[in-house]
Amino acid sequence: MTNLRDSIVDGIVRMMREAAFNVPRDVREALVKAYEVEDNPVAKANLDAILRNIDASGRLRMPMCQDTGTPTFFIELGDDFPIRSEVRSVIEEAVRKATVEIPLRPNTVNPWTGENTGDNTGRFVPIVHVDLVPGDQMRVMFLAKGGGSENTSKIYMLSPVLGVKGIKKAVIDAMVDAGPQPCPPIIVGIGVGGSADLAIKLAKKATFRRLNEPNLDPKLAELESELLEMINSLGLGPMGLGGRTYALGVKIEWAHKHPASLPVGISTQCWAFRRAEGIFDRDGSLNLVLPP
Amino acid sequence: MAEYRLRTPVTEDQVRKLKVGDLVYLDGIIVTGRDQVHRRALELAAKGEKDKVPVKLEGMALYHCGPIVGKVDGEWKVYGFGPTTSARMESVEADFIKEFGVRLIIGKGGLFERTTQGMREYGAAYLAYPGGVSVLATSAVKRVVEVHWLDLGVPEAMWVVEVENFGPTMVAIDSHGNNLFLDVLNSVRRKAEELKAKL
Repeated sequence: MTNLRDSIVDGIVRMMREAAFNVPRDVREALVKAYEVEDNPVAKANLDAILRNIDASGRLRMPMCQDTGTPTFFIELGDDFPIRSEVRSVIEEAVRKATVEIPLRPNTVNPWTGENTGDNTGRFVPIVHVDLVPGDQMRVMFLAKGGGSENTSKIYMLSPVLGVKGIKKAVIDAMVDAGPQPCPPIIVGIGVGGSADLAIKLAKKATFRRLNEPNLDPKLAELESELLEMINSLGLGPMGLGGRTYALGVKIEWAHKHPASLPVGISTQCWAFRRAEGIFDRDGSLNLVLPP
Repeated sequence: MAEYRLRTPVTEDQVRKLKVGDLVYLDGIIVTGRDQVHRRALELAAKGEKDKVPVKLEGMALYHCGPIVGKVDGEWKVYGFGPTTSARMESVEADFIKEFGVRLIIGKGGLFERTTQGMREYGAAYLAYPGGVSVLATSAVKRVVEVHWLDLGVPEAMWVVEVENFGPTMVAIDSHGNNLFLDVLNSVRRKAEELKAKL
């Protein structure tokens, strides 16, 4: 059991390290494209700095952003995976180790006393969502979420009478309110339906879908394109200093809902998308899922 | 659009020359301060205990930044030095400039009406650095000179850092009432209303 535990801890540290040093390929490609189509010199200079920073981060193996985020995990845990209720303590151990080894900035603070725990763990942190699934593997989706882009998250509890038009307006309002703050170009996750908490969780999870993967539902794929065009037409641009690209992609996820409610959760993800996905086999070995 | 290379501390004359859109590179000392540094320093000022603020801030560059640091052979080493969101400091920055005489504020995402007014009145400018661009920023760090208020935690402490050729930063708010972020936001708000009306 000890070796298995160590091997999972090491695997999670490896995922966290790769996420800290490497922007996913689909995000980098979208940023390059944004640079190529940009004609605003300030926007172009900002995108150039971002791209050079991404290359330097990968080359020097230094965290791309000084805000190394709140460690967040979406876990699909197989019924027959050998570690089950221990999963949280394994992840906590990995986070403590990663904080020293990478190194990460200590970002876990008591809201009442202001005390920083120093190791990125604390009450309910790391944030771990677990779904039980059939099988003997454990799939881990890791996100190091920066404070700047988390602060511009939104939950709207719309009147169902407003329908899709209301959702579009809410998205526009959320972007205007976010303005330069979430480190654009951003990825916009939208969770529609469910409840207040589920909508925002779906929104965050939706940002994991690759930028080059449209929604499987053609109607929603069309809505994603329409919203992306609408958001970028506002003219906020990279870093909110004007230009063509404020958002690299819009990703929608949804759930059925109460007749009286229309929850719309919006999650904003900065360009420095510290994302990693991996599958652990029952012997603890990790297969990293690389972007297509 | 002009380019400047400035060594801190800077004078009011130097700051008044800066116009929005200018590029600035910095040498010398910059001091980090974000939410909690503002809060503590302004509380001390309110009690008439400004001298308890451990760094002389007159003419200085205050950087909205919570670095990544580690200790190597007893010396602090910086692993991440990008800017944090300045907007959180909007409610207090004009007071901070007034009380402590800082001349340059460095950050990302800009500051708004109240700070723009304060910068015009007291002679200060805002330098925008691209958000998240931490590795490039770190390459300008020469050394950590000292750290104060570490009880606030690593990100919130006051790091006194010597830099060489830190930049380019862009003047996004000058001391003449111009604010590039507000210009963009005002046009964005108009455009948003048009879009919503057409839905």
